[in-house]
Amino acid sequence: MTFSPELEAKFEKLVKNYPEGRERAALIPMLLFAQDEVGSLTREVVEEIARRLSLSLLEVEEVVSYYSMLTTKPRGKHHIQICTNISCLLLGADRLFEQAKQKLGIEAGGVTPDGQFSLEEVECIGACSWGPALQVNYDYHHHVTPEKLDKLIEDLRKVQ
Amino acid sequence: MLYNEPSELEVKVLTRRFGLENSQSLDTYLATEGYEGFRKAMEMSPEEIIEEVKASNLRGRGGAGFPTGMKWGFVPRDSDKPKYIVVNADEGEPGTCKDRVLMENDPHQLLEGMAIAALAVGARRGYIYIRGEYRYLIEIMDRAIEEQYRKGYLGKNILGSGLDFDVSTHTGAGSYECGEESALLESLEGKRGQPRIRPPFPAVSGAFQCPTVLNNVETFCNVPAIFRMGARAYAELGTPRNGGTRLFCLSGHINKPGVYELPMGFNLLRMIEEVGGGVRGGKKLKAVIPGGSSCPVLKAEECDVAMDFDSVAKAGSMLGSGGVVVMDETTDIVKVALRLMAFYAHESCGWCVPCREGTLWLKKLLARVDAGEGKPSDIDLIGELAENMLGHTFCPLGDAAAMPTISYVKKFREEFEERLRKASEAAESDLVVL
Repeated sequence: MTFSPELEAKFEKLVKNYPEGRERAALIPMLLFAQDEVGSLTREVVEEIARRLSLSLLEVEEVVSYYSMLTTKPRGKHHIQICTNISCLLLGADRLFEQAKQKLGIEAGGVTPDGQFSLEEVECIGACSWGPALQVNYDYHHHVTPEKLDKLIEDLRKVQ
Repeated sequence: MLYNEPSELEVKVLTRRFGLENSQSLDTYLATEGYEGFRKAMEMSPEEIIEEVKASNLRGRGGAGFPTGMKWGFVPRDSDKPKYIVVNADEGEPGTCKDRVLMENDPHQLLEGMAIAALAVGARRGYIYIRGEYRYLIEIMDRAIEEQYRKGYLGKNILGSGLDFDVSTHTGAGSYECGEESALLESLEGKRGQPRIRPPFPAVSGAFQCPTVLNNVETFCNVPAIFRMGARAYAELGTPRNGGTRLFCLSGHINKPGVYELPMGFNLLRMIEEVGGGVRGGKKLKAVIPGGSSCPVLKAEECDVAMDFDSVAKAGSMLGSGGVVVMDETTDIVKVALRLMAFYAHESCGWCVPCREGTLWLKKLLARVDAGEGKPSDIDLIGELAENMLGHTFCPLGDAAAMPTISYVKKFREEFEERLRKASEAAESDLVVL
């Protein structure tokens, strides 16, 4: 399989960043960037990346299963990740997470039937001083309140 | 951009360009004494550079507080292997969000710090390992790197120094463990983020089994200032053996949470009151985590402490990563202990048994105490289990999970007992099995 020309160019540059014979180092960036483009690490993507880096399927799969951002199952178009770790928890993040579950009608790790939303409870995302915080895909939202969370989900629903 | 208002009490050394227009551009950096440190360092011998860093009393800002100059000095410069500079930008310690603002607001400062380290050890290649969630920072750093190549600050013979130095970013993909230096190196090589057995330490066998300087983002960001100001002036900003300033991340029940740059040794109570505007809603202070979730908690009456590595250690905790988490009198300590243990259990890489099993058992025990289903013996069992993890794991994650847990149980035992008392009053359920 091939990826978009932009991603192909990125991969070509990426592999050259590492010493000769150590191209395997490009594996995790390649997996994450490919996932961003394709939506998930399908069998086809995993096989393709294994082939390009001369790795066995097992060597790639054991890496995929280790890292929490990597997924073999498609997520929603808007992947909502709510931090409930200490700093955010102290400011009510657990209630925000419950609210999101109810509003979206899905459990942690779930995807809405229309594929628009998925929800995940995440560990610290480095926004402790501006919590409670969440990320929608890679975008940060700071100082989240119940009202802001409702509005955010409503606004995202309108993005088709 | 800035996410909180600065404080008048700040001493801006690393954050001096924050808020400037185009603070991400090399032109802004150069117009504000950027690369003056490097220009001084390039006239010095590697030994002199390392001595200067030692004299600055700079200590690692990732959490352990190891003297940076000494760490650089461990790199065998006569080795014929290539040497590497690796930046730990895998910021993941709960309570910590400083490396993020350092890269976002002043990416060139980090690159200059790396280049000076490269001069010191004879490295020609650097990597910035950035956690995957910080995607926008990868873009910012990539743009900064590209601009430096274009203008001759990276690549061949930088500024006529004779140093050839290449840098690229590298992304993680969600793993707290990869903030541990040897796990980070495994991850950099495209593997699961499991720690390595040490020795050998990264200085001798690091990235691609070659000598490596591996430091936290903030640590590298201090280096240009040391050479620009001189080691002595830099050291005098802090306290003895604790040079310079520190970025403190105030979070939790506080009026003005934010990241603030303060001199090493700044009093913690004063930080909460005068920098952070005091505890929210006029409530009473209950406890503070002084340096990220892995540090033992300090009770309110223990918080009259100078925030440097040695003073906080003397108070029974750690300065850690600078994540100051403030808890008011309404805080449920059992819930805090449980949430943190759930985190460590989730992030344990699973390689060694005391950590993998210990964090899981502790999580289950804390969960049943929290749910009001615990047994009276659970409190001591929690303490015992945690004690048994200490020092028995390959990497510090086991200790990071155990140390705070011991402190919560020891310092707030009555809260755990209260939970059990309520439980035994409500029912006699003893059926929950570990």
